[in-house]
Amino acid sequence: MRAIITVIGQDHVGIIAEVATTLAQKHINIVDVSQTIMDQNFTMMLLGEWDEQVLSFTAVKQALETLGQQKQLTIRMQRESLFDAIQKV
Amino acid sequence: MESRSILETIQMIDEENLDIRTVTMGISLFDCIDSDGAKARRKIYDKITRSAQDLVKVAEQIQTEYGVPIINKRIAVTPIALIAAASGDADYVAYAQTMERAAEALGVDLIGGFSALVQKGYQSGDRKLIASIPQALAETSRVCSSVNIGSTKAGINLDAVGELGHIVKQTAAIDPVNCMSLVVFANAVEDNPFMAGAFHGVGEADRVINVGISGPGVVKRALEQVRGQSIDVVSEQIKKTAFKVTRMGQFVGTIAAQRLGVPFGIVDLSLAPTPNEGDSVAEILEEIGLDSVGAPGTTAALALLNDAVKKGGVMACEHVGGLSGAFIPVSEDAEMIRAVRAGRLGLEKLEAMTAVCSVGLDMIAIPGDTSAASISGMIADEAAIGMINNKTTAVRVIPAPGKTVGDEVEFGGLFGRAPVMPVNPSQPTALIARGGHIPAPIHSFKN
Repeated sequence: MRAIITVIGQDHVGIIAEVATTLAQKHINIVDVSQTIMDQNFTMMLLGEWDEQVLSFTAVKQALETLGQQKQLTIRMQRESLFDAIQKV
Repeated sequence: MESRSILETIQMIDEENLDIRTVTMGISLFDCIDSDGAKARRKIYDKITRSAQDLVKVAEQIQTEYGVPIINKRIAVTPIALIAAASGDADYVAYAQTMERAAEALGVDLIGGFSALVQKGYQSGDRKLIASIPQALAETSRVCSSVNIGSTKAGINLDAVGELGHIVKQTAAIDPVNCMSLVVFANAVEDNPFMAGAFHGVGEADRVINVGISGPGVVKRALEQVRGQSIDVVSEQIKKTAFKVTRMGQFVGTIAAQRLGVPFGIVDLSLAPTPNEGDSVAEILEEIGLDSVGAPGTTAALALLNDAVKKGGVMACEHVGGLSGAFIPVSEDAEMIRAVRAGRLGLEKLEAMTAVCSVGLDMIAIPGDTSAASISGMIADEAAIGMINNKTTAVRVIPAPGKTVGDEVEFGGLFGRAPVMPVNPSQPTALIARGGHIPAPIHSFKN
């Protein structure tokens, strides 16, 4: 299973570490990553990969949403194919 | 990983209210026909609940996995007038109750198909179904009803037009809110996923998934970027945006159909507004350059919008169908409501607008003392526009008992609230009383 994880929120020290730690604990491999500051907002996108037999999509999504609430970040996770379908001919 | 595309998609969903308005499963009920009404209804309940048992679950899965909101899950069935005709039942209210029970068991939001097709004439089931509409809608909350009274090919059934004026009044007399579940069509389409007009056409497959998108907010935001530029640029911008919006419909429909093991039918390209701020078709028209919807120029702006949406959307999906245009339901569009309240948008302008978009006089509250003949007159006018222009038109008006111009009717949720609009006091009584059939127009003879 591959999914795009987007993290948006007020910039503060350690966001990347927090997100990466949560993913590592769940044995989710980060395949690609990009990060920038847009309109003073921390904006990061990650492509995560894991074995769906071991861990369900919903479980990962919930873990990330919980982290987002704790750290006041908006964290979304969506399957990758949506973006290609909408943006490419 | 293309960051810009990802962020743009997320922005469309989060800030501009892009969503899938409905995933609608069409289900044929022809194999449920029985001369024993009770038996037929049992078969109908079983077929609907069996066919759509995973509809809600699959829609929710898609919403979780892809982050795309799916607002409604709906079912459309074969017009009940055709299915119930073989039974000896005196009225068809029990069929509506069966539909309601099935919808409730499945957890779907709405179920359409308490319908009759009488554009050329009545078969035995049609009269009973039409007479059952007020009671059927009073005793159910999820059932939607529609009657097709005219078409380009068949002309207009003026007897039915006259009868439906009374049916609308009777429906409103029980509770005006029930009128939002009743739509009178000309050139009704058989694969429409939107309510109240959805039914599963007689030429359709046994089961099918159709998808209706939303997304006026996305188009409005895109047009903000081209302020002051030529109308050609506006058209291009709408096309590009409609492409992306429709792609999402195609994508979601394909996955839903796959997971449900049902063929994917069509994407309906319509821009469907909601009463939420920033989700309004009227705001798009104003962004094109009107200080209020209803101003001279409104029809031209709407014609451009409707056409550009189709051009952008057609390339984005395999099969396009349904109504596919811009919707102008007054109560469901915050900016339309404002324009009506301010006296800037009236019934006559709305009628003109329906000549260039889908669908018709939609979700409009009128005074409770409006005569049945006046309502029939509105239905006849809309049907004439549809018949002559080869397009779908419809009337969904709400004559609110005891209310008059300036009052409002509250529908709740997606259906919003409607200010009562003035109706021309002159009467078409003698025209409607003539009855009979308006012949099909000359351009229908294409063979």
